[in-house]
Amino acid sequence: MQLLKEQTNFNFMGKRKIAALFSLILIVIAIASLVTQSLNFGIDFTGGTMIEVAYQEETDLNQIRNTLEQAGFENAIVQNFGSIHDVLIRLPVIESENMAELSNQVVATLQAEHSTPIDVRRAEFVGPQVGEELTEQGGLAMLYALIGILIYVSLRFEYRFAIGSVVALVHDVLITLGVFSLFQLEFDLTVLAAILAIIGYSLNDTIVVFDRIRETFLKVRKGSSEEIVNRALNDTLSRTLMTSITTLLVVISLFLFGGEVIHAFAIALILGIVVGTYSSIYIASNTVLAMGVSKADLIPVEKDNDQNINEDGSQV
Amino acid sequence: MNHYPLWKNLLIAAIIVIGIFYALPNLYGDDPAVQVSAGRQGTVDLALVSKVEAALKAESISYKRAELEDDRLMVRFADADTQLKAKDVLHNAIKGDYIIALNLAPTTPGWLAVFGAEPMNLGLDLRGGVHFLMEVDMDAAVKLSLNSYASELRTLLRDEKIRYKKIQVGTDSVIVGFRSVEHRDSAESIISSQYDQLEIESMEDGAIPSVTVKLTEVALRETRSLALQQNIVTLRNRINELGVAEPTVQQQGEGRIVVQLPGIQDTAQAKKILGATATLEFRLVDFEHDVKDALNGRVPANSKLFQRRDGRPILLSKRVMLTGEHIINAASTLDQNGSAAVSITLDGKGARAFSNITRDNIGNPMAVVFIESKSETREIDGVMVKVRRQIPEVINVATIRDQLSKKFQITGLDSTTEARDLALLLRAGALAAPIDIVEERTVGPSLGQDNIDQGFNSVMIGFVFVLIFMAIWYRVFGLVANLALAFNLVLIVALLSMLQATLTLPGIAGIVLTVGMAVDANVLIFERIREELRIGNSPQASINAGYEKAFSTIADANVTTLIAAVVLFGFGTGSIKGFAVTLIFGIATSMFTAIMGTRAVINLIYGHKNRPTLSI
Repeated sequence: MQLLKEQTNFNFMGKRKIAALFSLILIVIAIASLVTQSLNFGIDFTGGTMIEVAYQEETDLNQIRNTLEQAGFENAIVQNFGSIHDVLIRLPVIESENMAELSNQVVATLQAEHSTPIDVRRAEFVGPQVGEELTEQGGLAMLYALIGILIYVSLRFEYRFAIGSVVALVHDVLITLGVFSLFQLEFDLTVLAAILAIIGYSLNDTIVVFDRIRETFLKVRKGSSEEIVNRALNDTLSRTLMTSITTLLVVISLFLFGGEVIHAFAIALILGIVVGTYSSIYIASNTVLAMGVSKADLIPVEKDNDQNINEDGSQV
Repeated sequence: MNHYPLWKNLLIAAIIVIGIFYALPNLYGDDPAVQVSAGRQGTVDLALVSKVEAALKAESISYKRAELEDDRLMVRFADADTQLKAKDVLHNAIKGDYIIALNLAPTTPGWLAVFGAEPMNLGLDLRGGVHFLMEVDMDAAVKLSLNSYASELRTLLRDEKIRYKKIQVGTDSVIVGFRSVEHRDSAESIISSQYDQLEIESMEDGAIPSVTVKLTEVALRETRSLALQQNIVTLRNRINELGVAEPTVQQQGEGRIVVQLPGIQDTAQAKKILGATATLEFRLVDFEHDVKDALNGRVPANSKLFQRRDGRPILLSKRVMLTGEHIINAASTLDQNGSAAVSITLDGKGARAFSNITRDNIGNPMAVVFIESKSETREIDGVMVKVRRQIPEVINVATIRDQLSKKFQITGLDSTTEARDLALLLRAGALAAPIDIVEERTVGPSLGQDNIDQGFNSVMIGFVFVLIFMAIWYRVFGLVANLALAFNLVLIVALLSMLQATLTLPGIAGIVLTVGMAVDANVLIFERIREELRIGNSPQASINAGYEKAFSTIADANVTTLIAAVVLFGFGTGSIKGFAVTLIFGIATSMFTAIMGTRAVINLIYGHKNRPTLSI
């Protein structure tokens, strides 16, 4: 079976202005949301305490909130997690005798008010200092990944391609972050890992397209740059879609069956794959075209192998 | 014609066989086991094996087998209930000299184990347990070291008969004030000739000629690394006392220690014991001066004001008779009145010093000071900061009736629990500098099991979807790609097992992602072959061109993903590292299976035919 019968001939680049405008709007929304309401950082970055407990009975969140409030945990955020039996409790960094023991105190408080045993599914505590460091390191990691990729693509292709791929990456990362900010989804360490994976994935797509653009430039003698890029995009379209679909299949399976803990990670990946596929077609190639890449830029410089020629061009 | 030379086929076959071999141990399960390892005194030998076996037989607890491994004894049981019962039995039978802990023993068959094939390790998020990141308070370590230099300087100046006015220990320096400039100058030359780890600077403190003594950069670094190393040793000792199988205690960065305790249930107890800074000091009571005067600010020069547990003040001598570091053994017991006590054994040096002082002070009162340092989080100017407080408490004052030496008892503790914890801390040694838990991740056993199940399910379901999809789209070629995909999974598992890497939940996510990306290489190749066929090339030429042309694209795509994965690994804290590791392994193995592996099979199917019809 074939996804696309015979050869397609979509005029992708004919709609490049519309695509650019569309992406621009998305990015503006993303940045606006990031600036106004930032990200809903998890305790990995802000520091604090998080406890997931499982009750045997159905839970009454208000009652749990009251119990905690009376014990002096006024700032506790209490919500169900995955099911009505599971409760997630979050505490910010607060004044205390010993921050690291807060989780035990919370569990002891809840257990004292409850007859059947409560199962502690997980307890996490991150000191404010550690959170700050993670935020800093996370930003640096993203920067390093981008720089490393920029260098590699410049070496393998040409600087315009490198810029094109990085523009596409920044586009993907910004939009993914924007969605997390807009819907205030929790941004924790696993989401950061997902974003770095998206950088890798989106690039994968972009590189395949660029490879084809270069090849087509060298092979096809006639035609404008726009036509050539269109040809290359159509040639790789079936592959681009196939790969995105198969990768999406596994990531969706991760989302559906991987458990609550990995949800945010899976959401970030799904977003990244969709946006990454779109950007490798419309954004990366668009940027390269906009910077005016032409056939002449891609023909390898012929090396002079004649060793008998002196530097000044004279021959002995 | 498309043929792989024989050696290439053999190489691929060999890698697959080795891969399957090393992945196999993961299919076998675990036995619940009790692990016995040597504590302070005991040795793990055949005598211990028969002792353990006898104890279990006496309680008619059936066990699978008891085996000696390096320096530990593993007793395997049929189920977890028997395991728990056996732990209690063994605890009573060989208590004290041995560390008894629950563990899981892999049931790898002998013919695999002989070649070093072992199942991969499961991370804490999969098996349950606690991960602590602890920070060593380096300022306190430096201060401690300055304190000891200050007392050395006191002795040195006294021996050299140089009169000094005061010695004051600050946060990063010791200030010594002298009566005259001459005294200061001779002290300066003596100190600098004897201590090359100290930096000395002369100055005027008000009108008093003084010197500031600081640690040099090198000495500071040494002090810090020594404090860290010493704390790691102490933490190891304490964990051994807690009885945890396969704990990890590792340095991270310059001032942090990672502690991982798999399978531990009571995290409150673990936190209390690991972070505890409690230690003991013995001091003589100053009964010559009045406590009331001291309370009004007239503290005698050689004394210091302390508090008893009930809040009453007491004057003690500044000189410490004995510190906790000379204690080599401590056990909780009951005194003759039936209240909690700790019996203490001193080392040779401590015993000599202690016996001399007690001999000279028979009839005088002596105090036992229990010192604990607590760190609190307080808001100061809108910023959360840690504040450390030392809380010395006099737990007991007793008249010295006899010359004490190696063994004695201390009383005055609140409860038997306190006596037990204090004994444990004294046995395991004090921390060289206080530590704080700055990060905790605890995963309960139920969540661990859920994570394994859900992780396994999601990999399998995603995998099956991809298999079906590929088979429909690329038919025979799709099936070949599926075969490669399956071996890719086997190879990742084999690599993780061979390197004894740790599989975490994010690691499983990494594998899932690799499955998706491994397909990409095959999609690229197959689409190319279709293209070549479309422009009218022969099937054999198309296969060849498909693989050739797709190769550089695949390589480029994988290298860039590898860059991202390596950055992730470098950035890596715990769980993220797990993701990066499987991603890196997955990229490497998928290059092999998706390119060489599929090519070999395709060659075998179509390579010998002249003009085959490709099912693609």
